[in-house]
Amino acid sequence: MAVCVAVIAKENYPLYIRSVPMENELKFHYMVHTSLDVVDEKVSAMGKALVDQRELYLGLLYPTEDYKVYGYVTNSKVKFVMVVDSSNTALRDNEIRSMFRKLHNSYTDVMCNPFYNPGDRIQSRAFDSMVTSMMIQVC
Amino acid sequence: MDAPEELLPPVIYTMENKPIVTSAGDQNLFASVYPTLSQQLPREPMEWRRSYGRAPKMIHLESNFVQFKEELLPKEGNKALLTFPFLHIYWTECCDTEVYKATVKDDLTKWQNILKAHSSVDWLIVVVENDAKKKNKTNILPRTSIVDKIRNDFCNKQSDRCVVLSDPLKDSSRTQESWNAFLTKLRTLLLMSFTKNLGKFEDDMRTLREKRTEPGWSFCEYFMVQEELAFVFEMLQQFEDALVQYDELDALFSQYVVNFGAGDGANWLTFFCQPVKSWNGLVLRKPIDMEKRELIQRQEATLLDLRSYLFSRQCTLLLFLQRPWEVAQRALELLHSCVQELKLLDVSVTPGALDCWVFLSCLEVLQRIEGCCDRAQIDSNIAHTVGLWSYATAKLKSLGYLCGLVSEKGPNSEDLDRTVSLLAGLGAERPETANTAQSPYKKLKEALSSVEAFEKHYLDLSHATIEMYTSIGRIRSAKFVGKDLAEFYMKKKSPQKAEIYLEGALKNYLAEGWALPVTHTRKQLAECHKHLGQIENYLQTSSLLASDPHLTEEERKYFCQEILNFASRQPDSPSDKVVLPMQSFAYLRDLRFTPSNAVVHVGGVLSLEITLCSQMPIPVHVEQLAISVHFSIEKNSYRKTAEWLTKHKTSNGIVHFPPESPPFPAAPSSSPALELYETFERSPSDNSLNTTGIICKNVHMLLRRQESGPSLDVAPAVAVEDGAHVLKCSAVTLQPGANVITFRTQAKEPGTYTLRQLCASVGPLCFVLPHIYPLLQYDVYCQEPQLRVEPLADSLLAGIPQKVKFTVTTGHYTVKNGDSLQLSNAEAMLILCHAENRAVIYSNTREKASDASLRVQSSDKVTSISLPPAPAYHMIEFELEVLSLPSAPVTAGESSTLGVPEPQRKHKDTQKAGHRMATTDHKVSIDCPWSIYSTVIALTFSVPFRTTHTLLSAGTRKYVQVCVQNLSELDFELSDSRLVDTGDSTSLQLAPLNMASQQHIYSQQSVFFVWELTWTQEPPPSLHGRFSVGFCPASEAQLSVSLKPYTYDFHMENFFTLYSVKAEILPPVGTEHCRTGALCALEVCVTRLADLLEADRDEALTQSDEYLSTKLMYEVVDNSSNWAVCGKSSGVISMPVAAQATHRVHMEVMPLFAGRLPLPDVRLFKYLPHHSAYPSQADADSWIENDSLSVDKHVDDQLDSSSVKSRGSVHSAPGGEHKGLPMPRLQALPPGQVCNSSTAMQVLVVPSRDDHVLEVSVT
Repeated sequence: MAVCVAVIAKENYPLYIRSVPMENELKFHYMVHTSLDVVDEKVSAMGKALVDQRELYLGLLYPTEDYKVYGYVTNSKVKFVMVVDSSNTALRDNEIRSMFRKLHNSYTDVMCNPFYNPGDRIQSRAFDSMVTSMMIQVC
Repeated sequence: MDAPEELLPPVIYTMENKPIVTSAGDQNLFASVYPTLSQQLPREPMEWRRSYGRAPKMIHLESNFVQFKEELLPKEGNKALLTFPFLHIYWTECCDTEVYKATVKDDLTKWQNILKAHSSVDWLIVVVENDAKKKNKTNILPRTSIVDKIRNDFCNKQSDRCVVLSDPLKDSSRTQESWNAFLTKLRTLLLMSFTKNLGKFEDDMRTLREKRTEPGWSFCEYFMVQEELAFVFEMLQQFEDALVQYDELDALFSQYVVNFGAGDGANWLTFFCQPVKSWNGLVLRKPIDMEKRELIQRQEATLLDLRSYLFSRQCTLLLFLQRPWEVAQRALELLHSCVQELKLLDVSVTPGALDCWVFLSCLEVLQRIEGCCDRAQIDSNIAHTVGLWSYATAKLKSLGYLCGLVSEKGPNSEDLDRTVSLLAGLGAERPETANTAQSPYKKLKEALSSVEAFEKHYLDLSHATIEMYTSIGRIRSAKFVGKDLAEFYMKKKSPQKAEIYLEGALKNYLAEGWALPVTHTRKQLAECHKHLGQIENYLQTSSLLASDPHLTEEERKYFCQEILNFASRQPDSPSDKVVLPMQSFAYLRDLRFTPSNAVVHVGGVLSLEITLCSQMPIPVHVEQLAISVHFSIEKNSYRKTAEWLTKHKTSNGIVHFPPESPPFPAAPSSSPALELYETFERSPSDNSLNTTGIICKNVHMLLRRQESGPSLDVAPAVAVEDGAHVLKCSAVTLQPGANVITFRTQAKEPGTYTLRQLCASVGPLCFVLPHIYPLLQYDVYCQEPQLRVEPLADSLLAGIPQKVKFTVTTGHYTVKNGDSLQLSNAEAMLILCHAENRAVIYSNTREKASDASLRVQSSDKVTSISLPPAPAYHMIEFELEVLSLPSAPVTAGESSTLGVPEPQRKHKDTQKAGHRMATTDHKVSIDCPWSIYSTVIALTFSVPFRTTHTLLSAGTRKYVQVCVQNLSELDFELSDSRLVDTGDSTSLQLAPLNMASQQHIYSQQSVFFVWELTWTQEPPPSLHGRFSVGFCPASEAQLSVSLKPYTYDFHMENFFTLYSVKAEILPPVGTEHCRTGALCALEVCVTRLADLLEADRDEALTQSDEYLSTKLMYEVVDNSSNWAVCGKSSGVISMPVAAQATHRVHMEVMPLFAGRLPLPDVRLFKYLPHHSAYPSQADADSWIENDSLSVDKHVDDQLDSSSVKSRGSVHSAPGGEHKGLPMPRLQALPPGQVCNSSTAMQVLVVPSRDDHVLEVSVT
């Protein structure tokens, strides 16, 4: 469903980024990177809200002609960004939300791995296959 | 009252629309009331309760009053709401029953019938009363009667449908009241009508919507119906409700498009799929775009038309609602979704047409918003509009590229054709913007007209967008637009303008670690540098790209080749060196020193093996690899010694470098790794450790300000150090990946060498690693030759051959043939020369180098060891056997006239440390060939035995017992034990009572030897005994050398027995045994056994009447408290000096315990008279008391050497003149002179019968 899924560290460097059409990888990198502007904006606007009441899902970051970029930020300020094809109108907000939740759960599993160094690139196979499953459904 | 005229063109719908109210009846009357009515009606709000649970609203009602005509009433099925008359009013002034009956009633009936025919129930009859008229006609019925009549005739059960308005044109309170009542009624009725009619309309509309699945259903028709509702809400100023209508239409349409995309196509939609022919953008300046509305009404609108119209309506309503920012946001969504929908519906669009449409629409929206907001508002809401700006910029850019306006040569004919067709699709400019200079239409037209104009517009837009993004902190977005701009500049061949944008973007990507954008931007930057001719920058970027794993192999090769091309190109000026940082070119993986501890002696060879991982995709030939080295003479000389070298073995000398921080560091800033070192500060005086800690040596790199560097990519000034010391390696080809390169150097000056930089030269290019971390050093040392002599075992034993290891560390000295060590012999230590001595030569690293025989020549004074030839910085090791001649330790206070003179012998330890061996030190001075000074070496030998002797007496018979105690860890074989008298008396004979000639003595065990002493003549006063015994280690049966026996000298005096003491305890008379508590008689009998002897001649001898006597003191002591001595326990007796002279003493003693009790001790002392001229002794404490004599322990020294019996039996009596008074002194008799014949005797004591009442008082 998603065409690009990215996990971005608190310091804004990518921990994981994968996009489905490999030839457009660069474009998605640029897109995800640029979307961090909006994430930052939303997070800082949200900063005043109480921590436990904070909504992790940031909603649509910004639409482009062809894609919709959604954001999600964990309490530890790790960002998830998902790019969805605009033509894929079947996707509703709720589905995006649940995809993010799935992503977050899988990310938590990665973090629980004692051999994983927080801040390293994510190379977990489980995480990768979960992302794959989120991408495959488009076809 | 202009309403009737306005009705004719029903299509002009403006905000000015008001709900229609018809007026029938007396038109003149109405005309007179109208001004007040239209003024008063909207004055007060009215609450409108809504159906379907919608929230009630307060609205101000206005109305458009028109004259009643039958045509106004809607026919069946007419859905128009705007022209719908919501209320019908009949006006009458009639006050005359006649008139009423004649005309008004008929008129009213007619009116009512028309209304009924159209089933309209919203009507009102107004009866205006005039006081003036009433006065004129006095005979008329009371006014109420007309009203009642009307009510009666027309308002059955709806009496409220008829109201009275009194004196409407007067200014009285009654008029006011009546007006208010009327207006309230009017408003209420109007609202009722709205509720009812709108409700009905909505129901109809819903029914229509439900039919949308039916084949004939048309969206456009439905659109018109629902828009009617929206209009009414707008008319009622309920913009929110109006907007809802449009939003519903929008959503419905979107859903259809989505369903169409999903294959569920509606027939009517196919109409929207017709090719797009016009793309003139949104029109937002008019409240209602009638053109488009008509198209929709005629079902001729394209998708863009429909969307445009819908959005223009939404925009209008949003602006009414003062929500301009929502307009911007919705506009962006709309534009995106339109593009998507066209794609989804597969509508054929001329390329670029959509770009034009979007561009125009963006600008239109922006201008529309600008038109209704002030500058400050716009500035604070950039976040909402910037998306449109950037979208417009992007669209203009793509149009520029499409129409060939960006290329260097300008557009070609094909591009021009395209431009023309695009412009054609724009149509003519709309009249409402025709007079605006900056209208979107004009802008686009101008931009597409020429290359220059395009550039101007594009730059304007881009700069504006970047500025906006920057101002709201969307740096990344700004950089991204900047990159587009850079691309444009590159196309326009002005790389100098592009550079700043590219570098800005690159810095951003690098700082946040985005690999792919970094690579891409670098590629662009490389091209930019190339065009600008910035060779150094270009090469550096190229090297970064050549090592970039995100590029394809071909691209990397290309960039690598670029570097190599440059390197091979410039032979002309060799001084022109280009210095580049190494990390992109290659990185150091590890380094290995050989020898592994990185310490070499002067002249030694050090090799340095580095593993350099080349990151280039192809092999690179490097002319020279050089490591510059910093030299310092270090104070810490310890590291340079051979000792350190052998002890301090590092883990095979490999140093691993921390893996080069990955191309994109985890940390956002590519700050260098911490370089930590340990520090030790030692006090200058004694080299003890004062402080220790860890310091970071690159603080200046870590703590500098983040933004200070001009660019992260350019390492600040890679300085090449020009050190005097450089390790070089020429002509190396670095293959991709790991390369092992070996440097060799011969050590020259001693000191510490620190590796500083690594530099690879490829033609005029230098790749420099400016700083090697961790700190790497190697040391060159220069060592003086050294000789060390140490025992092979823990300690050397005297008397038997012992091995000693000689180690010669040659240092810088080369041992030549004929060099020898000259040992000056110590007298008591022999160096045993064997036929075959072998020396082993080791290299510096403890590897055995060779093996040579050793020649040892011994002469009287000197032993010469000729060393085998050995090169410098080697070690010669050999062992020699030495033998220290054994001897007994000298017993204190005794003669030292011993057989072997031992001048260098030191008695270190005597009896105090019970089992410690006595040691002797032998000093040997050695002359070494490399020094004019002699080395003095002390060897310490331990004597394995300790020997004590004892004199034993039995009456007058004498025995000597010698005890040999083995203190060493070895077992020995003792043989040929011998005791000889070395004195001159020949009359003395020693008869051995020992059994075997060979004795085994185990470690830590003792062996005793006994001889009987016999003499023929008068017993000699003293005995000089020498005990000797041969010994050899028990483990070695055969020894090459004959060993000297162990000797022990001792001296004894006065060993002849003079007195015999006999004590006896007799039970009380009449009893068989002693009893506890009963006094017994103790009889002491002292007998002299010899005549006057030499030994007697001392002060104790008194002469009176030719009669010699010795004064003796006896003392009875019972140390074990078995006996109580009653009465005097001591006394002085005068003993005649004659054989068999006997003295008896009787005493009373009482046994305190039952059993076999040993007799109390009887002690005998020489009693010296006070007048004797003895030197006074210091021991004032020792004072004779009546019962007990304090025994001074300071004579312990004598105890061991000449003890006779157990402790307590020997008394010294160091009396003397005490406190100036003449006091007699006591002197112990030498142990050999007294023989106690009752030693160890016991007496049987039986318990008393009632010893529980025993009470003994002893005085």
